[in-house]
Amino acid sequence: MTNIRIPPVSSRPVPRPPKAVVRPSARERGTRLLAALFLAPTIVGIVVFTVVPIVGSVVLSLFHWNVIDDPSFAGAANYGEVFGDSTVLVSFRNTLLFMVLAVALQLLIALVLAIAVNGRMPVWLRSVFRSAFFFPLVLSAASISVVMKYLFNQDFGLVNWLLGLTGIAPVPWLTSENGAMAAVILVYVWQQFGFSFLLFVGGLNNIPKEVHEAAALDGATGPRKHLHVTLPLLSPTLLVASVVGIINALQVFEQPYVLTNGGPGDSTRTVVMVIYETAFEQLRFGTASAVGVLLFVLIMAVTALQFRLSRRFVHYQ
Amino acid sequence: MSHTTLTTGRVRHSLAPWARIAGLAVCALLTLGPVIWTVSTSLRTPAESFDLPPEIIPSEPTVEAYRGVFAQIDVWLLALNSTLVTVLIAVGQMITAGLAGYAFARLEFRFKKPLFGLVLATMMVPLQVTIVPVFLVLKSMGLTDTLLGLIVPAFPTAFGTFLMRQYFLGMPKDLGEAAMLDGAGPWRVFRSVYAPLAAPGLAIVGVLAFNYHWNEFFRPLILETSGQNYTLPLGLVSLQGNLGTGSISVVLAGVVLSMIPAVAVFVVGQRPLREGITSAGVNR
Repeated sequence: MTNIRIPPVSSRPVPRPPKAVVRPSARERGTRLLAALFLAPTIVGIVVFTVVPIVGSVVLSLFHWNVIDDPSFAGAANYGEVFGDSTVLVSFRNTLLFMVLAVALQLLIALVLAIAVNGRMPVWLRSVFRSAFFFPLVLSAASISVVMKYLFNQDFGLVNWLLGLTGIAPVPWLTSENGAMAAVILVYVWQQFGFSFLLFVGGLNNIPKEVHEAAALDGATGPRKHLHVTLPLLSPTLLVASVVGIINALQVFEQPYVLTNGGPGDSTRTVVMVIYETAFEQLRFGTASAVGVLLFVLIMAVTALQFRLSRRFVHYQ
Repeated sequence: MSHTTLTTGRVRHSLAPWARIAGLAVCALLTLGPVIWTVSTSLRTPAESFDLPPEIIPSEPTVEAYRGVFAQIDVWLLALNSTLVTVLIAVGQMITAGLAGYAFARLEFRFKKPLFGLVLATMMVPLQVTIVPVFLVLKSMGLTDTLLGLIVPAFPTAFGTFLMRQYFLGMPKDLGEAAMLDGAGPWRVFRSVYAPLAAPGLAIVGVLAFNYHWNEFFRPLILETSGQNYTLPLGLVSLQGNLGTGSISVVLAGVVLSMIPAVAVFVVGQRPLREGITSAGVNR
């Protein structure tokens, strides 16, 4: 750039040229038309399949409807029904419990592995590890849950057999309430931690080397270095990983549906499972919509809370 | 090596990497273990599939279980359905996200900011929350229990649009300006200058879409009621239901078959997939 603008010496404001009232040129009109054409599929799609359904969910939650008969206005009756239904309440409790445990475990495993992979090692070995931890992500949650059902079988499952080698008695994974929740969490975390892992690997690569060298000169080593140096620098990535992790965890469906079908009892029934069953098995569309609206409110509330808390803990460089 | 030197930096440096790498190796084995077990068990006879300890390399490998899958379910039909749905969605998303991303990055028009805000906001709305009205919208269009009903709603992609916008924003502006000085209209600038440069970004969108929709379970479960419209994950879960716990190896053979395209995409599309996921964290 050669034409540097020199500020006017006098204090008098430089008169601005009057704003020309020009009709859009042919080129501008062409640009607008092109923009409209380019955006149409996405915007129309989003309106029809997301915006209208959000409004629809709220409206529908105020009606009784089984698809066959005409809908009838119900006011807040569906919400009353939801709050009086122990299965729904338990599903919210289960989902929150699942979210806390699964996300915590997922982030912890991903963080430790990402830091370990980031250490010194041959390049090929690093890419082998990276691929291995990332691999479960490409598999279908439904079919992998079919596999896991066999691995977690109490009598002939490989998990209990391996535990048996270390002298641990067989665990009733899928047939006891705590065992079932633990199995669902383990299967979910096994498949999902690779996502956070990749985010962390990316985040660690963004931390300048000099920071670690400076910390090493100050005598920080090993875990202490990571706690006081790596973690604060990684905090923006941690925020993203936990927000995405929590939003995903609140929608868990495939693993409990295939592994336990919500059982034993209602111990692994999640909110999305309840939405599915209420709407598509019992044909109570109004009630299902009310549960959906509540789930949406929960997701928004948890995410907002997280961003609020994060102001205190997230450090941007 | 005496014990006292353990605390000095040098020894720590030469010891720790091996422990760290060994630990990573164990974790990698645990991560891949279920997949290895699946493949090896699918190659055993149904009678031997319960054997413990499992032979990782079956002494007499057999494809008997695979014949069983083909006998029990119409694998070809399921695979055809899955392929049709996944490929069309992936191509559709590449087109819609490419166009919309370009418009948001490089074109000037009214309501650009609020429209982009709308796209970003829908990224936060989980499908599960809107599934009941989506089902009703599709029903009113006569698209329930059709493959089209799975495909069309998946065309708009908020994340893909966002990704492509970032991608186009990363390209130098002067290229387009130079073309405009040469008299190219907005369409020519897009078609001849920017679109050809977008291929790697589009690959990310396509691979992410392929991976997600090949494995998708929730929407097909709700939308597809007749077996002829099932996709592979649905077929597999129903295969397991039909057989109970009778023959693991047949079910697992089915799982392996359904994994093959996903693994192929993993091998070929690993880089775009990784970049797609990583950019979710870096760009947001």
